[in-house]
Amino acid sequence: MASNKWSENVADIKSEAKEETRKAAVPHAPEAFWTQEETFDLSSGKYLKIWQGPQHPGVTGNMALELVVEGDIVRSCKTHVGYLHRGFEKLMERRKYIQCFPIVCRICVPEPDTNEYLFAAAVEELANIEIPEKAAWIRTFVLELSRTASLTMGLGGQAGAFGLGTIGQWAVAHRDYILDLFEELTGGRVYHMYIIPGGVRLDFPDGFEDRVRAVLDKIEHLIGDIEKVMFNNSVFKARAKGLGIIPREWIEPFGITGTTARAAGAPLDVRKNNPYLVYDQLDFEMILGSASDVYERTLLRKEEILLSIRLIRQILDRMPKAGPVRRKLPNVLHWKVPSGETYVRVESGRGEMGYYLVSDGSEYPRRVHVRGASYTHAMALLEHLVKGISIADVAGVMTSLQTCPPEIER
Amino acid sequence: MKDILTRLDSRFVIERKDETRSNLVFITVKKPVAIEVITYLRDYEGFRHLVLISAVDYIERNVFQLTYLLHNYQLHVDIGVRVEIDRQHPQMDSIHHLWAAAGVYQRELHEMFGIDFPGSPHVAEPMILEGWDNIPPMRKEFDTKKYAEETYFPREGRFKQDPREVMEIKLYPVDTEVKYGIKQVVRKRRGH
Repeated sequence: MASNKWSENVADIKSEAKEETRKAAVPHAPEAFWTQEETFDLSSGKYLKIWQGPQHPGVTGNMALELVVEGDIVRSCKTHVGYLHRGFEKLMERRKYIQCFPIVCRICVPEPDTNEYLFAAAVEELANIEIPEKAAWIRTFVLELSRTASLTMGLGGQAGAFGLGTIGQWAVAHRDYILDLFEELTGGRVYHMYIIPGGVRLDFPDGFEDRVRAVLDKIEHLIGDIEKVMFNNSVFKARAKGLGIIPREWIEPFGITGTTARAAGAPLDVRKNNPYLVYDQLDFEMILGSASDVYERTLLRKEEILLSIRLIRQILDRMPKAGPVRRKLPNVLHWKVPSGETYVRVESGRGEMGYYLVSDGSEYPRRVHVRGASYTHAMALLEHLVKGISIADVAGVMTSLQTCPPEIER
Repeated sequence: MKDILTRLDSRFVIERKDETRSNLVFITVKKPVAIEVITYLRDYEGFRHLVLISAVDYIERNVFQLTYLLHNYQLHVDIGVRVEIDRQHPQMDSIHHLWAAAGVYQRELHEMFGIDFPGSPHVAEPMILEGWDNIPPMRKEFDTKKYAEETYFPREGRFKQDPREVMEIKLYPVDTEVKYGIKQVVRKRRGH
């Protein structure tokens, strides 16, 4: 009898939580997000406070979630960062422009090239440097290749968060093929420092295109496998569908961008809206979703990988075969960039990423502000998104937002 | 973009305009009208996306420059609203009622620059630097090298390798020996 009561109780709590999630989907005024906070009496025995992270397999990177739970339903969440702070923005203020390149690539581990490109592009804009045509194509190629690597690993992480560990291993193994390509092209596997002001460091090696195409075929094949094992898997479907729904009304107050916004149906893609490099010469369509849950976001990212592969093939077909890849710069150790300020943005795997660079005409940057997509996603949005879901799903929601702590604490 | 700037000019006093690109303009406004300008841009000109809030430390002029970067989803253009605030009493009105995400940016600015945003949620709570008792680290007067030398010490058994010296010895062994030999002799003589 007692056990029956207990199970009824749990069912009650679960349906209550679902109701609350549905209520939370009602549009809010921005300040309402901050006034909704409740306090929980931990001594009553009804609630329990647990920490997820900073060392936890379900947490992306080094960050911690302070959860108040009732049964296994999350009632409140608070994010804690600061386990990875290396003070990049401050360090860059003490270094010459060319010395910043080994620093910027370390801001994002899975996708360092966006940072390199953004810093180079910001400096080029202030110094009024135009890059050769071939360099622009190679840069686009490198950005798309790193996007593919990052999204593939993200897909594996998403599967891992729902207990499908095999897919995570496949994904990491296939990312390694891309890292091999990067090693051949740039000399570095993870951090490349390949894109520099004025162009890129070196041209493609001999026969590189064929090897790229072979790796792309492999990844395409992998996506087909993942389609069968993950997206048709009833366990994954049952858990991910309807989980972590972001209403479209939340996009503005939280500044949601990238795949997370596109899964909610918002047409936000920097590649299409503010084309940079050679994206205006490539044929592609923005991929949009509508359901805006974890399943939709994962599905959209899978489509994005296929889109990136198509884009890379287009780039290889249309790229100019000869020409310079780098423009001659003044002596970079005594290079004074003209004063001014600028903001450049790209579409990274996680969303809009941008650099705000202020120069005062000296050899050192005055201020560099890195705008990472997961800054607002993980810090503000996650706290509201995990309310009312079960503890087991927190990792899945977190991975689906593609949180990246190094972007939060630059 | 030009129409937007003309309309802004007719309503507010814009001190300075810098057009960086055709789709990016930075404007400078006075502190009392800053929030009005931002609200106007958000509600009437369609700048619905808060890209970032950042601060730049101009220690020589004794001001902090706050930059609010706003993006228009329809026209795909950006406006940077720059506000200069006093460095001795850094305080600015909060905009968390316009964008929920602004609270996070303001919390970070409070921690890194010591700029106060009264009324902003959790603004005084430490975000990245728990247990920090020095001056806010992103200010220009905070010397990272000095702080590192005072706080951290090399572990025993470690030695320093300056790349310049290592390469010097590797490439020009004889010259380096002579150079450092002379230096040692000079030092010895000075000591006597």
